[in-house]
Amino acid sequence: MKASPYLILALLLTLCFTLATGIEPRASVWSQHAKSNNVFGILFGDGRRMFANEFFTMADVYFHSGYYPSIFDQREEGPKEIVAESHGHTDSPDDELKEDFLGKPKDWIDRFGRHFRITQHTHLEHSHEREILPWLRLAADMDPQMIQTYTVGAYFMCQHLHQPQEAEAFLREGLRNNPGNYEILFGLGRIYGQNYHDTKRARNLWQLALVSFMKQTPEQQKENKIGFDEITVNLADLERDAGNYADAINWFQAAQKVSPAPDALQQQIDELRVKMAAPTNTPATPPH
Amino acid sequence: MNTIWALAGVVIKELYRRKDFYVLFVLTALITIATGMVNFFHDPKIVRYVKDICMLLIWVSALLIAIITTARQIPAERESRTIFPLLAKPVTRWQVILGKFLGCWLATGIALIVFYLFFAVITGSREQHWPWLGYLQAIWLQWAMLAVVVALSLLGSIVSAAPSSTTTICFIAVTGILLVGGHLDTVALHQTQPLQTLFYTIYFLIPHLEWFDIRDRVVYDWGLVDWLDCVLATLYAAAYTGLFLLLTWFGFRRKSLNT
Repeated sequence: MKASPYLILALLLTLCFTLATGIEPRASVWSQHAKSNNVFGILFGDGRRMFANEFFTMADVYFHSGYYPSIFDQREEGPKEIVAESHGHTDSPDDELKEDFLGKPKDWIDRFGRHFRITQHTHLEHSHEREILPWLRLAADMDPQMIQTYTVGAYFMCQHLHQPQEAEAFLREGLRNNPGNYEILFGLGRIYGQNYHDTKRARNLWQLALVSFMKQTPEQQKENKIGFDEITVNLADLERDAGNYADAINWFQAAQKVSPAPDALQQQIDELRVKMAAPTNTPATPPH
Repeated sequence: MNTIWALAGVVIKELYRRKDFYVLFVLTALITIATGMVNFFHDPKIVRYVKDICMLLIWVSALLIAIITTARQIPAERESRTIFPLLAKPVTRWQVILGKFLGCWLATGIALIVFYLFFAVITGSREQHWPWLGYLQAIWLQWAMLAVVVALSLLGSIVSAAPSSTTTICFIAVTGILLVGGHLDTVALHQTQPLQTLFYTIYFLIPHLEWFDIRDRVVYDWGLVDWLDCVLATLYAAAYTGLFLLLTWFGFRRKSLNT
């Protein structure tokens, strides 16, 4: 019954790790330094940013319930599906074909091996989306400047898990780490508009997001035109619902400049013009 | 057959006398419980990351137990010279090989049952459901895979005198197969000759242990593998186990036992 010193050492290290998880929140109160950083920042320094992308990818792996290409599989480069979903994108049959990274079995080993692997492309649903959250939390801790982590996490908490307060807290944490970021401001506006039905705050936040967007360089604005599209369309919807048809038309017209579907927006503009021409159908304008 | 069972019994007793299993189990339990206690967005229903981490730890622990326990069997008998009275009983060398294999395999099986019981308790307490058939398949396939690993380690212990080198080489080989074994055909496609032939040869020769890894199915609740596929995979593992045991016997029957 002689214990190996290496095994005892490993046991002690695990004990230290376990205790650290319990003590860390209390230690952050004692230490002035810890107030400005998290445990990963103290442990890894800037090296932690390397892990953030891996954790974000893990969230996407979980979103696909394990159906995910390895580094050996061929797959078209593009945004992660959790990001696309957070921008309201749904898979078309063409997208489904692109996601079939396995292709036909190459030999009998590959064919038989697939009986044990996950070979179906699915997305989490029915509140199981919550399973991606730990990886997003870790990604945010590892790289507080990774904006997508906050916006994607908040989107899933709001739209699928009905936790707007948690989503708001996560976005506000992101805003503290990235002051004035237009994507986070847009996400906050969406919570106020869609979940809290606070039109005034939603309008202010989206207008602030637009100001922040316009502060970017022309190249960045061109690159992130989907952000401009989302902000202006949401502002237009908000003004339309509030009965401010003229403002709504202005926002739709602004969105038309970058929108991939300008005809659909033109249709909405035309509908609003018809409503403006018929004063009896116009609802009372709520205060701004 | 009694001789083989007697030899296997000694190996199983060794498992619970040594600290390896206890330490690995405590490490797995502590890390799993610690990660399970972390609160993400005040949502107590989040569970898959705990399952994922626990299953990974179970796989690593089971591999370590199987390889370390097996690799030291014959070298330890030779070093302490207990191999001579053992073979003088009379026990044939083939019986020694079979007894050691059976003991190590059963010992890892017992360890697996304990690990999976812990896994079922931890995840079931959070999910409130216990897919026992799924767990049974996962244990069975992992145990079948460990039979190949145990036989391979036994072969390694005949070739190499030091248990440490056998352990290291076997662990690297098994981990390599698990991580890239199934992708060697894809890698071969992008190579020029003669590398392409070399990669294909390795691909068709190695035991495809990655088939037996159905952790993702358990973690993501994908349901059961077809039972016929389980039987075929078991036969596949049995074939490789038999091959490695035969090679071990060929090596051991002519080996000089003097240290």
